[in-house]
Formats: sequence, structure tokens, C-alpha cells
Amino acid sequence: MKLFGLAASAAILGWASVAQAQETLTMWYHGAGNEVEQKIVNGLIADFNGSQTDWKVELQSFPQGAYNDSVVAGALAGNLPDILDVDGPIMPNWAWAGYLQPLKIDESKIATFLPGTKGIWNGQLYSIGLWDAAVALVTRQSTLDELGLRKPTVDQPWTKDEFMAALDAAKASGKWEFAFDPGMAWTGEWYPYAFSPFLQSFGGDIVDRTTYKTAEGALNGDAAMAFGAWWQGLFTGGYAQATQDPADRDGGFAAGKYAFSWNGNWAALGALSAFPDTVFLPAPDFGNGPKIGAASWQFGVSATSKNPAGAAAFIEFALQDKYLAAFSNGIGLIPATPSAAAMVDNYKAGGPLAVFVDYSARTALVRPVTPGYVVQAKVFEKALADIANGADVAATLDAATDEINADIEKNGGYGH
Amino acid sequence: MAMIAADNRGLRLATRYAVLVLIAVIFVFPLVFMVMSSFKPDQQLLQDASNLRAFLPVGDISLQNYTAAFQRAPVATFVFNSVFVTGVTVILSLLLCSAAGFAFVFVNWKGRGVLLSLLLATLIVPFETIAIPLLLLASKLPWIGLDGLTWGWLNSYRVQIVPFIADGLTVFLFVQYFKDLPGELIEAARVEGASWFQIYRRIVMPLSGPILATAAILKFLVMYNQYLWPLMVTQEEGYRPVMVGLQYFFQLNVAWGEVMAYLSMITVPVLAFYLYLQKAFIASIASTGVKG
Repeated sequence: MKLFGLAASAAILGWASVAQAQETLTMWYHGAGNEVEQKIVNGLIADFNGSQTDWKVELQSFPQGAYNDSVVAGALAGNLPDILDVDGPIMPNWAWAGYLQPLKIDESKIATFLPGTKGIWNGQLYSIGLWDAAVALVTRQSTLDELGLRKPTVDQPWTKDEFMAALDAAKASGKWEFAFDPGMAWTGEWYPYAFSPFLQSFGGDIVDRTTYKTAEGALNGDAAMAFGAWWQGLFTGGYAQATQDPADRDGGFAAGKYAFSWNGNWAALGALSAFPDTVFLPAPDFGNGPKIGAASWQFGVSATSKNPAGAAAFIEFALQDKYLAAFSNGIGLIPATPSAAAMVDNYKAGGPLAVFVDYSARTALVRPVTPGYVVQAKVFEKALADIANGADVAATLDAATDEINADIEKNGGYGH
Repeated sequence: MAMIAADNRGLRLATRYAVLVLIAVIFVFPLVFMVMSSFKPDQQLLQDASNLRAFLPVGDISLQNYTAAFQRAPVATFVFNSVFVTGVTVILSLLLCSAAGFAFVFVNWKGRGVLLSLLLATLIVPFETIAIPLLLLASKLPWIGLDGLTWGWLNSYRVQIVPFIADGLTVFLFVQYFKDLPGELIEAARVEGASWFQIYRRIVMPLSGPILATAAILKFLVMYNQYLWPLMVTQEEGYRPVMVGLQYFFQLNVAWGEVMAYLSMITVPVLAFYLYLQKAFIASIASTGVKG
């Protein structure tokens, strides 16, 4: 009996010491409202918590639309968690603002990750993503056949002339309401994510990436002006609608309103289920190679975390292929590594969405890696919407350039 | 002559009703669209959106969107939080602001004119301009609860209630209303030896039904529609209100049917509350001269 009492006491003490040693790590994630994503994140956390006794991750989920504002408010109130996820292009701003600290993980583990998944700013890794997203020109094989168009590849994308000829043919056929659906209804980050690659393919950019201290020449140079004229021509020429009903964006392609739609891999399965002969074409080459946007949500460690080692340990744990594959299977995004892609039916070689891996690896360009991007993105969005609605191209791009330059100056160059 | 007058009156009446019906249609149809859409699958909802079927319960009708909405988000928690925060704030606001209005109108004290002017000046300060200082303050305020003394009010009901109990507009409404009450009543009560509190409770408040209804409705709408402040101060799901909860439904591919179901569920309490108090509301608006 005495022996039993001693054993019980030892067990209780042992349990208590383990419980005491286990530090709690708080984590914020943007997936509230997405049941599938939430389930995968919970599973990942449960696996991590069960895999060791040093750390215990506790999750707080936020709806995506409210996430960034919540983090900024949390940072102001000194209430950030240990681990948070961050949208790739926002990361430099949060690092510059002191919300994030450099991520100390074994970088050999991310050697094969897609470039867009690595959140690097000022030469340091701040965040890492388990997936990336890609955009393609969505159409149907039957459309290509009917219009007598060749099917472009990454090695031989459509040139600007070929792309416009395709739109002309679609418009002339009278079969569709509009030849092209760029996705004008998706305001916000969609504009810089989806449309700035067109500008970059023309040879311009939102900001001069060699210094990140000015937009002069990048956003209002000759290449940008040519882009602006082309962009406006899409709408004045009747190829696309400048103002779009969100319902048309969501269901227009499937309803046969558009011949070509510029859309992301997250919408690809829906298009395939509407039309089994849907094909995903690479971005057209407007002179400087085909370009698409890159960088999706990534994990990082908050600057105020008292347990950065534990937070980094969790992030490293999450980098396993099985989780990359699980997220891809669940939410349809592109797994960050080729080995994980091979585990996913949609993205493995020969899979219906495998081309997106190729596009992401070979044509993706991250949005300007600067803290000023959050402002630049909004300025760019407004400029493109104005041009689409008939504003003077040169005056609009000049004004946008001035606004971006003023913001950079106001913020002391954002540390560049 | 009498027939012409009767014809004119009939024409005027018909015109008036036609205009009223048109206005009613403009205001009611979005609500009808919302409710009808909440019973339809997404594909049908989008197809119907371009024609009159959007306003009719036709096609594949079911409660599926409601079921899915409850699966996607803790709807009951959000509704409870909003109703609780709104209800408590409205009650406390009516008590505090009516007492303030009473003091400004009936009690003679030095500086009340200046203080009332200062209070009214706060009406021109938009909440957004003070949101961040208020957040910094709220994150550092002390609180004594079951855990003893703690610091910071984030992730609580009190942080959503306390900053909104008193506001310039509500006090102003009470001041305006109280000014129109017959002063003789107050003077008579004072002569009879009634205390200020007795006058407030037994004479003024029983005469203030319309303004209480107006203030309650206006405060209810403000509180129930709160988005920015709860977004900033509630990192825990258990404290989030309905408007922040709406964001749960805007994923990459928006499930519009679920959005409509959720909106229908959170709109019904507001409509019910308004319909319940609307007669008093209209009477009070007419008597205070406040528009809009």
C-alpha cells in the first residue's frame, strides 16, 4: 500500500513537472470560416503538441477579411501571439513595423520550396509558406479549336499580338458577352496580384526594384505607358467590362459569358467541373516574358514572442510534405515542394492542375518586396480602375507615381 | 365643381400611394431578395439574380444554406454576443444619458452650458479618429474580477460596452426632449419637497417614452452594426459580434447562399426591434425635430 502511494505520488509529481515545463505558444491564423482549412490546422497543431513535451500551441482563428486589421490592432495593443500567419506581400511591412522577427529555421529544409513561398526581406527569412497560388488564362479546348488558335505553353506563350488576335476572334464570333474576364469585380489585392504581372511583362513595375526608393520610370516610363494604353484598350475596345458584377466573376465563365478568364488555381476545379475540356494557359508574353504573381499566406514569428525557438520549432514541424499535401488536398493550393506535389492527385505529374506548379516555378514574380507595398498596392489598384474607366493613362500613372514617391519619402525610404 | 374637387383629391391620393408603393418596393425588395436567396443553392441564386425569380421562392428551395452557415461559423455565439453587448449598452446608455440630460436641463449648476457645448462638439469627431488611442487605453486598463486585479480589457464584453454607454448625440436628444416638458411640473415637485432623483424617476422618465424609444433604436443600430471596434479588441472568437462574424463567409469562393442565410438571421432581430418601437420612434422624431 505504501509502495502504491509512493508510486502514485511520483507519477503525479512527474506529470506536474512535465505540465509545468510545457510552454504555451499562441498562434493566430486567418482560416476562420473555412471548415476544411480549420480542420487541417487543428490536426497539424494536435500532431505537433503530441510530438514533444516542450511546447503546446493554442490556436486563435480569424476570418481572412478581418485578419490583417486584427493583427495591426493586436500589435498596437501589445497583444500579438507567438506564431502568426502573414500574406506574403504584406510580410516586409510587418517586419519593418516590428511585428515580426527573423525566422530561425534550418534553411536546408526549404531548399526545394517554390520561390514565392519564401518570405525574405532585407536578406533575412521572416516567413515561410506551405503553399503558393498561381494564375492562368482559363479557357476551353473547344474554344481554342473553334477559333483556330494554337495552344500556348510556358516555353512558347502567346505574344501580345497573338493574345489580342485571340480576343478579336472571340469578340468577332459573337458567342460570348465578353471575350475576356480579367476579374474586375475582385477589388483589393487581386488588382496588384493579378494585373501587375501584365505591367511587369511589358517591362514596367509598381516601383523601381533596384532601389525601392521611387516609382519614377517604373510606373510611368514608356513600358508602363504602353501597358496602360493596352489595359485601357481592353475596355474601350469592348473586350472586357470595366465594372463587373461579383456574381459574374464567380459564375460567368461557367455560364458561358466569357471566352477567356484570368483566374487562380483555387477556382480551377470549379471551371473543370463546369467544362471538362477547360484548359489553363500560361500568361501571355508582352515583351519581357510571361509573368504571374506569387506569394501566398506564410507562417512567421512575432517580434514580441517570448518563445521564438518554440515558434520556429512549430513552423519547422509544419514544413513536412504530408502537411503541404494535406493543405493542397483541402484548399486546392499549390504544394510548396515538388515532392509534396507528387503526393497530390491534382498537382502530380499528369494531374489536372499540374500546369500551375510549372507556372508558379517558372513564371512567378513576387510583388515588390518592400514595406511600402501596402500603400503601393492600393495606389496601383486605384490607377488601374481609373484607367479602365477611361482616365487619361499618362496623367493617371504620373499621379500614381507621385503618390507612391511621396509615401516612400514620408516613411524615410522604408529602411531601404 | 364638387365633382372636380373630388376627382382631384382622388388623383392626389392615387399619386401619393403610387409614390409610397414605389418607395416601399425600393426599400423592401433588397430584403425580399436576401431572404429568398437564402433558400436557394448558389448556382440558382446567381442565375436568378438577373430576373424577377430573384424575389420569388421558386426552384430548388431548402434550408441547406442555414445548416451550412451554422457549420461554417458559431452563429449562435455571434448573435448572443451582439444581443448581449447591444442590450446592456442600450440600457446603461438610456440610464446615464437621460440622467445627464436631466442635469443639463433642470438642475442649475455652474458650467453646464460650457460642458454641454463641449459634449456636443464631440459629435463632429468620427470614431475612427479616436479608435487607436482608445485601443491603447483599453489594452492597459485595470480590472478586478474573479482572477483578482488584471490589466487590459481586450477580449471581454466590457471593452465593447463601456466606451459606448455615453455619447453626445444621445445626451443631446434627451436635452432637447426635456426642454419641451412643462417646467411647472418640475417646479411643483420641488415645492412639494421632491428630491432631484424622485423628480427624474417619478415625473420625467414616465413622460419620456418616445425619446427613450428613439435613443434606444439609434443606440441599438450603432451597437448592433459595430465592426471596427470589436474587430480591434476581440481576438478571441467567443467575444466576436455578428458583423465581424460576417467575414467568416467571405472566403476565396464566396458561398452567397450562406451569406444571405446569415444576413437574414442577423437582420431579423433588428427589424423586430425597430417594428416594436417604431410608433414611439416616429412620434419622438416628430417632437424633437431631429431628422435622419
